[in-house]
Amino acid sequence: MEEKLIKDYSSPGRRGYSLPPLEVGKSDINENLAGYLREELELPEVSEVDVVRHYTALSEMNYGVDSGIYPLGSCTMKYNPKRNERVARISGLSNIHPYQPIEQLQGSLEILYQLKLDLAEISAMDEITLQPASGAHGEFTSLLIVKKYFEDREENRTKVIVPDSAHGTNPASAAMAGFDVVEIASNERGMVDLDALAEVLDENTAALMLTNPNTLGIFEEDILKITEMVHEVGGLVYYDGANMNAIMGYAKPGLMDFDLMHFNLHKTFSTPHGGGGPGSGPVGVKDFLAPYLPKPVLKKDQEKYFWDYQRPKSIGKVHSFYGNYGVMLRAWAYIKTVGGKGLKETTENAVLNANYLKARLKKDFELPYAEESLHEFVLSGSRQKEEGASTLNIAKRLLDYDQYAPTIYFPLVVKEAMMIEPTETENIGTLDHFVETMLTISREIKEDPELVINAPHTTTVRKLDETAAARNPDLHW
Amino acid sequence: MDYISNTAAEKDKMLKEIGIKEVKDLFQMIPEAVSADDELNIESGTSEMELMRKAHAQAAKNKSLDQQISFLGAGAYDHYVPGIIDALISRSEFYTAYTPYQAELSQGTLEAIYEYQSMICDLTGMGIANASMLDGGSAAAEAVTMAARITRNSRVILPDTINPAYREVIKTYGTGVDLDFVDLETEDQLIDPTQLKENLDDQTAVVVLQYPNFYGSIEKMEEISKMVKNNKKTLLLVIANPVLLGVLKAPADFGADIVVGEAQNLGSGLNYGGPYLGFMACKDDRKMLRQLPGRIVGKTTDVDGKEGFVLTLQTREQHIRREKATSNICTNEALNALMATIYLSTMGKEGLKEVGEQSYHKAHYLADRLDQLAGYQVLNKENFFNEFVLKTEKDSTELIKELLADDIIAGYDLKVAGSEGILVCVTEKRSKEEMDKLVEKLEVL
Amino acid sequence: MSVKEDLYYSEDHEWVREEEDYLVIGVTDFAQEELGDIVFVELPEVDEEFDKDDSFGVLESVKAVSDTFIPVSGRVIEVNEDLLDNPELINDDPYGEGWLIKVDPADDSELDELLSAEEYAEFIEEE
Repeated sequence: MEEKLIKDYSSPGRRGYSLPPLEVGKSDINENLAGYLREELELPEVSEVDVVRHYTALSEMNYGVDSGIYPLGSCTMKYNPKRNERVARISGLSNIHPYQPIEQLQGSLEILYQLKLDLAEISAMDEITLQPASGAHGEFTSLLIVKKYFEDREENRTKVIVPDSAHGTNPASAAMAGFDVVEIASNERGMVDLDALAEVLDENTAALMLTNPNTLGIFEEDILKITEMVHEVGGLVYYDGANMNAIMGYAKPGLMDFDLMHFNLHKTFSTPHGGGGPGSGPVGVKDFLAPYLPKPVLKKDQEKYFWDYQRPKSIGKVHSFYGNYGVMLRAWAYIKTVGGKGLKETTENAVLNANYLKARLKKDFELPYAEESLHEFVLSGSRQKEEGASTLNIAKRLLDYDQYAPTIYFPLVVKEAMMIEPTETENIGTLDHFVETMLTISREIKEDPELVINAPHTTTVRKLDETAAARNPDLHW
Repeated sequence: MDYISNTAAEKDKMLKEIGIKEVKDLFQMIPEAVSADDELNIESGTSEMELMRKAHAQAAKNKSLDQQISFLGAGAYDHYVPGIIDALISRSEFYTAYTPYQAELSQGTLEAIYEYQSMICDLTGMGIANASMLDGGSAAAEAVTMAARITRNSRVILPDTINPAYREVIKTYGTGVDLDFVDLETEDQLIDPTQLKENLDDQTAVVVLQYPNFYGSIEKMEEISKMVKNNKKTLLLVIANPVLLGVLKAPADFGADIVVGEAQNLGSGLNYGGPYLGFMACKDDRKMLRQLPGRIVGKTTDVDGKEGFVLTLQTREQHIRREKATSNICTNEALNALMATIYLSTMGKEGLKEVGEQSYHKAHYLADRLDQLAGYQVLNKENFFNEFVLKTEKDSTELIKELLADDIIAGYDLKVAGSEGILVCVTEKRSKEEMDKLVEKLEVL
Repeated sequence: MSVKEDLYYSEDHEWVREEEDYLVIGVTDFAQEELGDIVFVELPEVDEEFDKDDSFGVLESVKAVSDTFIPVSGRVIEVNEDLLDNPELINDDPYGEGWLIKVDPADDSELDELLSAEEYAEFIEEE
C-alpha cells in the first residue's frame, strides 16, 4: 500500500480530540443502562497530526477536476466554483436544524424557492421538488409519481419503456418502482426507432424514459412525434435530465412535451462530485402531476415561504428531510453567478468544445454514428482493438498522461465505446492536449503495443486484480 | 463569463476545425417547436462580490443556531464538528473527484471508503458495510426491501417508536414492491414484546427497531431479538445512532441481520437536513452480501503485487444489472462518508465514548431538573439515553413558541408527530448554563 | 477453444452429457472465455423444475452477468456445490469439474433437438 491505513497510526492512549470537562454530575450510567453498555470499541487512537498527514497523503493519490480534464460522457464534470463553497459555508445559511420554525428560515427558503423558479424556467416544467438526493433518486421519485397517477385514474399500467442506450439507473429505478422494463433498440442513426416504439406501445404502457440528446449526444429530431405517440396510448413521458448541459437556452423538455423530469445539480449545475456524492436530483413536473409530488412542497404565500404538507395525493417521502440542501445552495450560487444568458453560453461552449474534439479525433478513431452531436459524442476503439489494444487499455494509458479517461463501454449500443464530454469549462489548451495524448496513444498501439496493453505504468497502483477482489472479498480491516 | 475561458479568437479556430460558421449552427437540428424563443427569464449573472452580498443578505434573514440555544434532535443532531474535517475535505482532490471507477487514479477515495466501511463494521459489529446510502430514512427503506427480497416475504413490522419521517420513507419505497406494513402501536415510548410476538408470522420479512428509538428510549432489545430469531424466516433490522454506538452495545450483539442509520452526527453538521449520510451494514453472509445495495470497496493487489483498493461486486449494481440490480443507487454520499471517517479517526475510541457519555450525563441532568418542576414530567425517565419526552401542562406548541423569544428552541413538538409533549435532546455541546436557562424559563411559563 | 466430443450442445452455449439415468449440464469453453473470470455462480434448488430454454442460473464475472438457459426440460437432482466457493472451476475445467447441475429429464426426445459437437463447432465459428 502506498499509504497505510489510519488504524496503522494507532498507539494506545493517543488522542486527537478535545472536549471540555463535564460540567454536571454523572448519572449512574452503569445502573440505568445495564446490559446495554459496550465493553469494547475498536476505533483508531491517533493524534490530530496523524489524521492530517494520513488524509493529506490519501488526497495526493487522487485526481479531481482541479487536477485536470475529465472527459467523462454523461457526467458533465465541469469546474466546481470556489465561491459556491464559500456560500455553502456561511454559518447563517448552514448552521440550521431541519426542524427549526420556518419563520426563522425565510432567507434559506427564499434561496430554495428561487432555485425552484429557475429550474422551472430552464425546463418549462410547472412545479419542482428538491427532495431527491441524486439523479437516480429523482428517477425513482418520478416513477412513483407515474405509478400513483395511474392508480388514481384506476388504470393498471405495468410497463415502462427504456431505450437500449439508456443509463443503467433508468431501468433499475423503474424496477424499484414496481414496473416491468421493456427495452427498445435504437435505429442505425442512433436514435429511437419509431417502429420499434410503436410495436411496444399499448394501453399497458405507463411511461417512456428518455434523455435528449441521448447518450450518444444525438438530438432526437422526432422528439415531438415520440412524445405524441406515447401520449396517444395514454402513457407519460419522462425526461432524464443528465444531458441538460446540451440544451439550456436552446430547448426545454417541457416544450418537447415531457410530463416530468429530473435534474442533476452535480452535473449541469456545477456542484462537486465529492468522489461519489453528495449530489441532488430535483424533479420537475407539469401541473397535472403536482399533486403527487413528495411532501412537503415549498410554497409561497404573499411574502412568506412555507412547507406545504397538505398533500393528500402525495407519493409520500423519499428523503427524511428536504433533500440535499447544501448542494442546492451551491447550485443557487452557480445560477446567480452565471445568469440566464450565461446558462445559454454555457451550453454553447459545451457543445462547441465537444464538436471540436470530435472533429480532431474522428480521423484516428472510429465514429460509429455520423449524426451531428451536441455536448458529448461516442467513439469506438474498434480500429485500435484490431491493432491489439482495447478501449480499456487506451483508458488506462491516458492515466499515465495525467488525464482522466472518458466513459468506457457505455452506451451498450457501441462496441469498445468511449463517451467523451469535455464540458464548457475546458479551453482549447486542455482540449488540444487531450487530443494530442489520444493521438499519441493511437500511435503507441502501432509502434509499442505492450506499453498500452499493460497500462497504467506511472499511477499509484497499476492494474488491479478485480477477479480476486470479487472472488475473495476483503471489505474491511 | 467567469467559467468559460474560450476567447473569441479561440472560438473561431474551433469553428474552423469543425467546419461551420457560427456556434448557432451546431444547434440547427433542434426543431423550432421545442426551442426556447426568448432568452431565459433568469436574472443576469453577477460578480463574486455581489454573489456574496446576496448570500449574506439571505443569511441575515435567517436565525441560525449561532444565535440561539437548541434542544432539537428528532433525527438530526447538533454534535461538535472539529475543524480538521472541513480542512481536509476541502482538499480539491477529494471533493472535485469523480466516482472512483478508474481505481488507479482514485486510491485516495477508495482507501478512505475502505476505512469508512471498516469503522462502520466496528461500530455496528456487523461483517460487511457499504460505501454509503443517501440518508438514514432511505437506507432504512432499502434495508426493508432487501429483507423482503432475501426472505421472499412481504410483511413488515413497523413500530411507531421509529422516527415518523423514516416510517414515511419506508412506506413510500414499499409501494414499489407491494409490501404489507403492520403499524405496531406502542404505549409509554416502548414496544411491548408480547404485542410484537402476536404480530409475527411466517409471512413476516422483517421487524424494524430503532436504537435508541425516536423518543430516546432503549427498546427491550434482548427479548425482541430472541422473539425474532425464533421466527426462522424473519430478519431483524436495527436503525442505530452511530455516535451513541461509542457507548452502547453493538446491534450485532442483539442479533441484528441488517443495521442502518443516519451518520450525519459523525461530522456532517446540521445543514438544514442535507447532505446527510445513510450507512448500511449486514451480516457476513454470501446471500446477504449479494442483495446489499450500494457501492462496496475491496482490497486487492495490482500486477506488481502492491496492495490497492477497488470498487468490487459491481454486478449487484445498476450500471451492470440494470433492471435486475439490487438498487438504482449510483451517486451516494461519498464526501460525507469521508467526513465521518475523519471524525471517527479524530475522536477515536475514547473521544467517541466521551461524546456519548457527556450527552448522556447532560441529558439526565436536564431531565432531572425539568421533572422536578411543577407542571412538567419526563415520561421516559427510567429509560432514555440523551433524548427524552417532556410532558407539559401548557400546550407544547405555545411553550416552544414563547421560548423562541428568549433565543431557546426547547425541542421538537411531538404534536407534529401525532403524540404529545416536547422531544428534548441534549448533546455534549449544551452547556450547564444553557440547560439551567431552559429550566429557569420553563419554570415561569 | 475446445468442443468436447460425445456431448450435446445448445445455441446458448450449454453442453449436456448423458449418464445412465440423468443428464449433466454445464457451459462450454466458448462461454467461459466470453464471460471472463467467473466470480460467482447462482444455482437452482434441488427439485426445482424447468422447461427447455428457461433460465436456471446466473454466472457472474467481474463486469458482466449471464443467465444460463436449460437445454432440456427436467427436474434438478443435484447442483455442483463446489462452485459456490470455487467458481473458477468453470473457467479451468468447463466440461469436467465445472459442471453446473444434474437433471432428471422430462422428455428424452428433446436431446435430438440439440446440436452435435460438430454442429456446435460450426456454430461458434460463425459467432
